Amino acid sequence: MDHTADGHAPVIREEEAIQHPLGIYFKIWILLFVLSAMSYAVDYYQVQGYMRWFLILFFMVLKAGLIIAVFMHMVWERLAMVYFILVPPALLLTLVAIGSLEADWTFFQRGVYFLKELIIAAPASPHH
Amino acid sequence: MSTETMASDSLELKPGLAGFFDDWSSDQRAFKGVPWGKAMMWIFLVSDTFIFGCFLASYMTVRMSTLEPWPSPSEVFALSFGGAPIPLILIAIMTFVLITSSGTMALAVNYGYRKNKWVTFWLLFVTALLGATFVGMQVFEWSKLIFEEGVRPWGNPMGAAQFGSVFFMVTGFHGFHVSIGVIFLFIFSYKVAKGHLDDQTPGWFTKRGGNYEEIEILGLYWHFVDLVWVFIFAFFYLW
Repeated sequence: MDHTADGHAPVIREEEAIQHPLGIYFKIWILLFVLSAMSYAVDYYQVQGYMRWFLILFFMVLKAGLIIAVFMHMVWERLAMVYFILVPPALLLTLVAIGSLEADWTFFQRGVYFLKELIIAAPASPHH
Repeated sequence: MSTETMASDSLELKPGLAGFFDDWSSDQRAFKGVPWGKAMMWIFLVSDTFIFGCFLASYMTVRMSTLEPWPSPSEVFALSFGGAPIPLILIAIMTFVLITSSGTMALAVNYGYRKNKWVTFWLLFVTALLGATFVGMQVFEWSKLIFEEGVRPWGNPMGAAQFGSVFFMVTGFHGFHVSIGVIFLFIFSYKVAKGHLDDQTPGWFTKRGGNYEEIEILGLYWHFVDLVWVFIFAFFYLW
């Protein structure tokens, strides 16, 4: 993960960046194409249920990981930088957890509310 | 331990976790060996992550809480080229266009550090054109949805009203990012072609000398735009 050359002055950093071989970019590029094609195939062949969700997330995480790691040069950065970038967005999971709790509650409330309207409206018709 | 090793310890940056604690507890700067422009771009991108994160989290909330059926993106974004409609084909093409542009951008950064002026220029220029193509396809997608399908932020004929508001908000904000990126890609291909980065010509706004590091910083932004699309594609179009 850490290059020793990475730790020196900015001048050396630039030269080190020159030494990234081109091959890795082409490999990642092809991989991204393949992964995108596969995630599109999930929809094209109408995979449904848990398998669909798993495959969507699986290909998404792989694609995002490759872009961040190689195209955005994360594998060549020092940990001080890597942690500053990757740890704070993990807090979004808290937001997702709170949001899903609230959404479930809203869904339940809407169900109850609309059901109540149905019950109040329904008995009126047969008697009259 | 001699004074000699202690002196070299303080100058040399440690790798790994020890280096992490050293960097963050050190004097003046935490991000060692990184141009400040790059650190600033990363700070901006982390904040932008939260903006898109909030969009996607609220999208999840409204989609989970609606009683109406959610319109199927697979059908809404299907296109027919003479024959039967192919599901989601427009979005698939847009995804491939954006990934191609990410590849050319990554190569542009690499050739920039090799100080290969013309290859860098052409790669940046092609990246800008691909980005413009993406925006053009998005304009087509939006106009089709607005004028033919009758999708509005407050409702649509296919199902849950929230579909429209989420669609326009999320893809609109992403398309705005792409457009800004395209403008800067054109500006920088001009600067590269004019030799501003080789000659360290001061920029008109910042007055800093040009440097090929700027291509890497621009690249970070462009890859981030592609990265956001990966999440939008997965959560909005495929889910």
